[in-house]
Amino acid sequence: MRLFLLALKTLRRKKIRSALTIGGVAIAVAVLVSLLGFDAGYQEALRNDIDRMGYQVLVTAKGCPYEAATLMLKGGGGLRYMEQEVYDKITADERIDQITPQLVATVFDSQRDGGRGGIAMYMGIMDSYMKLKPWVEFQSGDWFSGEDADEAIMGYEVAELEQRSVGDKIFISGIDKVFTVVGIFERTGTQDDGVIFLPLETAQAAFELAGRITGIGIKLKQIGDLAAFEEDLYDEPGIQVVSMAQVKGTIFNLMSSAKLLANSIATVAILIAIIGVMNTILMSVFERTKQIGVMKALGASKMDVFKIIWMETTLICLIGGVIGCVLALAGGSLVEHVLKQILPYAPSGRLVVISPLLLAVSLIGAVVTGLVAGLYPASRAASMRPVQAIRSGE
Amino acid sequence: MQKTMIETEGLTKVFTLPAEEIVAVDGVDLKIAEGDFVSLMGPSGSGKTTLLDLLGCLDSISSGRLTVFGQDVSQVGEDDLVAVRRGRIGFVFQEFLLLPELTAIENVELPITFARMPRDRGRALGLLEKVGLGGRANHLPKELSGGERQRVAIARSLAASPSLLLADEPTGNLDTANSREIWSVFERLNGQDGLTIIVATHDEKLGSRADRVVHLVDGRITG
Repeated sequence: MRLFLLALKTLRRKKIRSALTIGGVAIAVAVLVSLLGFDAGYQEALRNDIDRMGYQVLVTAKGCPYEAATLMLKGGGGLRYMEQEVYDKITADERIDQITPQLVATVFDSQRDGGRGGIAMYMGIMDSYMKLKPWVEFQSGDWFSGEDADEAIMGYEVAELEQRSVGDKIFISGIDKVFTVVGIFERTGTQDDGVIFLPLETAQAAFELAGRITGIGIKLKQIGDLAAFEEDLYDEPGIQVVSMAQVKGTIFNLMSSAKLLANSIATVAILIAIIGVMNTILMSVFERTKQIGVMKALGASKMDVFKIIWMETTLICLIGGVIGCVLALAGGSLVEHVLKQILPYAPSGRLVVISPLLLAVSLIGAVVTGLVAGLYPASRAASMRPVQAIRSGE
Repeated sequence: MQKTMIETEGLTKVFTLPAEEIVAVDGVDLKIAEGDFVSLMGPSGSGKTTLLDLLGCLDSISSGRLTVFGQDVSQVGEDDLVAVRRGRIGFVFQEFLLLPELTAIENVELPITFARMPRDRGRALGLLEKVGLGGRANHLPKELSGGERQRVAIARSLAASPSLLLADEPTGNLDTANSREIWSVFERLNGQDGLTIIVATHDEKLGSRADRVVHLVDGRITG
């Protein structure tokens, strides 16, 4: 008969109580794993999203720079426009490697999302757009036949969603125009997957925004020139320069307050779980006062009793930890779905990434929690005096 | 002349309560030799249990002298008493006090674990057979009758090969037939194995079957 088995059997005897306590630990661990997984996944997804935009600098119309950047990333209404002349003016700058103007327009499409309606995002681009994103490939079809053709190229996801293929006609409800699909991009894992692209001039005409654009994406030859380049552009009236590094930082900052809240919730969940475990074990110790006295009479040392109770606590936390990890893995997609609904900006790709390392750390954390929570009940049990314990309740 | 196993001189135990002091054992002088079978008899509250606790090194004494296995334990603190009793003194209680989550044989194995002896299922089974419960080794206490439980408790008390067995009202919760059966087990253990046994009991009839009867009243030996 080993001490470990004794601890295990004691837990099994009080099935409901053990199950409830283990459940509490499991939920706390699941919350923690999901939050930490989200933390890692979100940063990675956002980094991927921004890096894959292909440009380091975004020039937009004056306004809130981060709102503009977020709009560029995600789409949505309230876009500001600038004159295309700005593009013509700075395109000659020698420090520029690639530059492309974009016109983003959004239209409410009542047919979208299975009839529930949603925002469809259109982007007017020039062929320079492809040079900024050399990794983008066509799944089928090809580039527009001309800069003012009534043609469209669809992102992978939107084409999938609307079941379109090359040659199909699409109707844009807000502007009552029909376009022919000439190409469909491969999946890029970015917001581009949900966008319908039009030739820039076509888009300007269709949305009645002649000579206007929403932004200019720029990639420099030397990343070291970034600061000076930004500095020079500050003098241009009516525009602002946003570096993508800044955008990244700002979105991370925006997220940090949400993260703080989430982490507080996780901390509270863990505290409640610890107190729950302590309470369960303490109750079990008090209930078993006589038995603990008997164990001592049978030769158990203080340390033996301490170990038995400690093991019970640790077992609860270990089992709870394992179940919590399984719950987090199984519920990851649900958490992701909810997060995508409530977040101000959700990058594409997986938001909750649960790595083996995260699982290992969480499990170890659960066990350490058990070790800490067990200290008090175990020392209470160990310090019971055999005679008083055996005769208690008489 | 047999060797002395336990010797007390003026052994006293005082419990201090908020309102009063209770002298549970009052100046007891007693000698127990190896192989003795002693019954401690007396009315409720006469100090039988407390005396048994002291002799079994479960509790520390207030004053006087107590020598167990030739070792003066009068000054030994409670934490160190465990080393004196472990593997040498077995206990049987009125309420059996088996661990309910363990089977009969697992209960018997407990003292072996605590005494850090190698795991020995054969020995545990042998002890259960000795008390006539070889066939019920894998039953939980709740599946056993009162008499059977007490026999498991006796087997358990013997697991770590003690030379002294202390039993506190072992038949107090049993009917006459089971009480007689338990007593016979004690007599066999004493007669065949030479185990020293001290039993505190109310039962005049059974108690008087012991080699020696010690009467206690108000914590004092009266005869």
